Amino acid sequence: MGLEGIGARVVRKEDKRFLTGKGRYTDDMTVPGMKYAFFVRSAHAHARIVSIDTSAAKDMPGIIDILGGKELQADGIGNLICGWMIHSKDGSPMKMGAWRPLAHETVRYVGDAIAIVVADSLAEARDAAEAVVVEYDVLPAVTQASRALEAGQPQIHPEASNNLIFDWQLGDADSTDAAVARAAHVTEMKIVNNRLSPNPMEPRATLGIYDEAEDHYTCYTTSQNPHVARLVMSAFYNVAPENKLRVIAPDVGGGFGSKIYIYPEEIVCLWASKKTGVPVKWTSDRTEAFLTDAHGRDHETTVKMAFDADHRIIGLKVDTIANIGAYMSLFSSATPTYLYATLLSGQYDIPAIHANVRAVYTNTAPVDAYRGAGRPEATYVMERTMETAARELGIAPAELRRKNFIRSFPHQTPVIMNYDAGDFEASLNAALAASDYAGFPARKAEAATRGMKRGIGMSCYIEACGIAPSAAVGSLGAGVGLWESAEVRVNAVGTIEVLTGSHSHGQGHETTFAQLIADRFGVSMDSVNIVHGDTDKVQMGMGTYGSRSGAVGMSAIVKALDKVEAKAKKIAAHLMEADESDIVIENGELKVAGTDKTLPWFQVALAAYTAHNLPSGMEPGLKETAFYDPSNFTFPAGCYICEVEVDPETGKTQIVQFVAADDFGNIINPMIVEGQVHGGIAQGIGQALLEAVHYDPANGQLITASYMDYAMPRADDLPSFQVSHQTTPCPSNPLGIKGCGEAGAIGSPPALINAITDAIGNNELNMPATPQKVWLAANAAH
Amino acid sequence: MAKVKMTVNGRQVGSECDDRTLLVHFIRENLGLTGTHVGCDTTQCGACVVHMDGRSVKSCSILAVQAAGSEIVTIEGLSSGGELHPVQAAFKANHGLQCGFCTPGMVMTSVDIIRRHGAQLDEATVRAELEGNICRCTGYHNIVKSVLAAAAEMGSAKEAAE
Amino acid sequence: MYATNYHRASSVQDALALKSSTDETKYLSGGMTLIATMKQRLAAPSDLVDLRHVADMKGITVSGRSVHLGAGTTHYDVSASAALKSVCPAICHLASHIGDPHVRHMGTIGGSVANNDPAADYPAALLALDAVIVTDRRQISAAEFFTGLFETALEEDEIVTAVTFEAPEKAGYSKFANPASRYAMTGVFVAKGAGGVRVAVTGAGADGVFRHAGLEQALSANWSPEAVAGVTVDSSNLMADIHASAEYRANLVKVMAKRAVAAA
Repeated sequence: MGLEGIGARVVRKEDKRFLTGKGRYTDDMTVPGMKYAFFVRSAHAHARIVSIDTSAAKDMPGIIDILGGKELQADGIGNLICGWMIHSKDGSPMKMGAWRPLAHETVRYVGDAIAIVVADSLAEARDAAEAVVVEYDVLPAVTQASRALEAGQPQIHPEASNNLIFDWQLGDADSTDAAVARAAHVTEMKIVNNRLSPNPMEPRATLGIYDEAEDHYTCYTTSQNPHVARLVMSAFYNVAPENKLRVIAPDVGGGFGSKIYIYPEEIVCLWASKKTGVPVKWTSDRTEAFLTDAHGRDHETTVKMAFDADHRIIGLKVDTIANIGAYMSLFSSATPTYLYATLLSGQYDIPAIHANVRAVYTNTAPVDAYRGAGRPEATYVMERTMETAARELGIAPAELRRKNFIRSFPHQTPVIMNYDAGDFEASLNAALAASDYAGFPARKAEAATRGMKRGIGMSCYIEACGIAPSAAVGSLGAGVGLWESAEVRVNAVGTIEVLTGSHSHGQGHETTFAQLIADRFGVSMDSVNIVHGDTDKVQMGMGTYGSRSGAVGMSAIVKALDKVEAKAKKIAAHLMEADESDIVIENGELKVAGTDKTLPWFQVALAAYTAHNLPSGMEPGLKETAFYDPSNFTFPAGCYICEVEVDPETGKTQIVQFVAADDFGNIINPMIVEGQVHGGIAQGIGQALLEAVHYDPANGQLITASYMDYAMPRADDLPSFQVSHQTTPCPSNPLGIKGCGEAGAIGSPPALINAITDAIGNNELNMPATPQKVWLAANAAH
Repeated sequence: MAKVKMTVNGRQVGSECDDRTLLVHFIRENLGLTGTHVGCDTTQCGACVVHMDGRSVKSCSILAVQAAGSEIVTIEGLSSGGELHPVQAAFKANHGLQCGFCTPGMVMTSVDIIRRHGAQLDEATVRAELEGNICRCTGYHNIVKSVLAAAAEMGSAKEAAE
Repeated sequence: MYATNYHRASSVQDALALKSSTDETKYLSGGMTLIATMKQRLAAPSDLVDLRHVADMKGITVSGRSVHLGAGTTHYDVSASAALKSVCPAICHLASHIGDPHVRHMGTIGGSVANNDPAADYPAALLALDAVIVTDRRQISAAEFFTGLFETALEEDEIVTAVTFEAPEKAGYSKFANPASRYAMTGVFVAKGAGGVRVAVTGAGADGVFRHAGLEQALSANWSPEAVAGVTVDSSNLMADIHASAEYRANLVKVMAKRAVAAA
């Protein structure tokens, strides 16, 4: 590795603009004539709309227009869809109800968009929105998924009887039931995975610009995947043909999944721009974000883990009810199925697994993938159950895991996944050593002298990243392929532009991707620019989620680099009258191996463009494109150990140590990878300790609609983290990398809850472990 | 409508705005300084932190008219001549930012923390002092590291100057 | 925020005149609660009279053990006052935990007490310190000043100009913060002075800040953290929300009282 090559801790190229206030986010965009939008939203969780009266509001100062769902529908704008078809175990397709961008018949959750107000200023738009009179026929609402399945509950969509969208299964029920029946010990648990709000610090925003002369639309949006946004808005929502729609996702302030999806606001602002003849900008406030950004998790699960007399797991039976919310968001069906149940083997050799998942409509915000997407839910089920089993069986948690680890690869699990590489024992051993696990009893005793209850817990996670082989996901119901594209343009002076379909919203692609080029050609990172996020500049790509930018996005760049390198070598060989196979690229030069003949990189590039002396038949130019479709998922794995002290008088938990030992395969920039782990762990700790979306079950009102009631992790809630890496290179992609974006959020919640339950001596504790809950549980344990 | 005058980043500015206009919107929209951000509605996230008359404040919870006559420094005014302020440099060196959205507020806050505490900062103090700034990306680990590094750097620079 | 008209007062008299000339007017001090409330459209004053530039309302004076805090003194200035720390460190400690550093740079003691948020910190201190709230026209004891949730004894146009108290022999404050808002989920201020022991609780009472007779009796008999153990805190008139039940708050009252005494 060079100073800037693969494996180097290079500081980020993009930082200067963010540090000096020169980042350009969607809400920073202004164009001439731009006006402001505010949405009229449902005040009720479930109601029929009797009438919408905008007459008084339209007369208010500064109002350009107020537009509703009937007009939108009349203009042929389509309903929002879920892009992944799941079939129930009886073979029937999932029951998807209509999601209108602007509701005009029925509203199904508090915040459902009804009308858009466009005005000279945001304040005037909001003033007028309050003057829009919506008459509702209020209907009963249901917010909890298991309750929504019960007889007599409100019917949310006519298509989904009893609110059941699908009843799906994976694995073999008979062999699993048999294993449970013959087991020497069965650990059975009821597990709730709490509902979360993703909360990227930049709220969603969009600026829709319609150019009448060109009949062309431009959409600035806070998106993790602008290309998919263009495809979906064009193909399914009939906003405009793809060649008439440019989607730009400029700097984006975090996503965590919530900015994958296409929401009503982008569609409506584009349409409203055409209707009103002015560019229309909408920026979410934080309360709107809590109301309408897709939430994450919200599972109710029962699990049975069956052991033989030797403490080997012989079967795992899981039954999950997943809350989908009021509408099916873009990937909502995949998250609790193929991104969840396929990871229920964990790091363990389990011969029989069966999972049943029912997905359910409720009168709540749509639920979709949030950092980890299904894998945190699977890991939480596995690792809470594993720790509980160890306690019940009276053996050390690490030893129970060790006994059941998968040790040879590839390993085919009973739930689709084929693990290609890993060394689970290495991560476990590293975490045990880093946490001084053996010294815990002494620390616990010392804490007791201060009146504190100290506990320790672990979690051994595995997840699937590098999403995903297109044919495989296609066979499972995905509506799109999950490859990635790249284009490498070497300019005539040797500088390089890399255009990628990945999108950076904090991950540091402008640095990591440039390191790849620097490593390959020995050129300076300063001579490399990464271009992304604009459908007019970059060819179709699939975007960033599922920790895929490294494993899939960079692999596409590698493929394009292979082609560039091959052509550059041909040109160099021709110019230096050498054999192509003798050309090597080192330190920015093309050399004839074993001689002193060299050509600087820029001269080869220049030769490609002057085209005065190219090999016979060669096209001028040095620019190559590649599409990379992965052959398998990648499988990051690791072990997290958390140590806490609980104040028994108040129930407050302090995390005194957090150790992460991860295997992400090869690493391009350790500094950035560590940052991803830190952030992921903080979100996992947030889920386990602080965060929960609360709806009032009586009326479906969102109680946690601001940071006054939704507890975000702050600096003083968290410790510094001890992070280390063990490496088994990923065999399925050219760089050997697995992905690191979500692991922290996947592995940490069970480690924390295992630690708290260890501290208080009561295993009955649901996330988030708020002081009140821990206090109650600690007292109940006595 | 009022004509609001103040000093922003050392320059006298004046602009017409409604009395209900928040300082953050005045800065972003009237002055075009979009480095100051809005991340919440309840005075909690700190993405909007600027300095007013030498102290860190939340520009989302102050009317522009309240700030009339004040000296305001925003993230754009923290450094000049292409050189980063030591706090900015420390954030870069220690990977104290990811998506960059909370970053201007974090940096302005950190400058204020170091102003009040000097080089004698410890991790617990930094974490407590960051109570009014929310970051969703970094887990604060590298932000805390950045603030400590900047404080040490500025402390030794001050010592050297004395 | 709804439309509003801003006026800047240069003196107390100026503020009173501005207030009387307009309807639906509110005084604006640091604005850390009022502006936030207006942003959420939960308050809609037609006019605001800004008190932040009234010089007479600022500053901290300590003479002997007599403390005078101008109503316009920021939480930061209270927290950082060496003079105040030398006679009553508990109130400096309290001020250093209100909101966050940026809020403390703007928010004022006068604004806080006039608003009387049931989860605010100052009301507990003032009640326990038997402080006097000085206004443009009279002096009101803290016991009579705080009358209910967001309710005070202030007349419609009355301005809090200062808070005064005699620093007690011992005082301590302990707060358990709401994990989300960081307001006091329960905060207890204890003071032992010439007038005996006073214990005031904020963040917990269904009717706002209150004194706890049982804790006062126990601590009068034995000023020590252990004395709290035998006291019963009735949960029946305490707040309950998604973060804390009344029973949990009752527990916190005892625990915070114990820790406040330990800190005193």
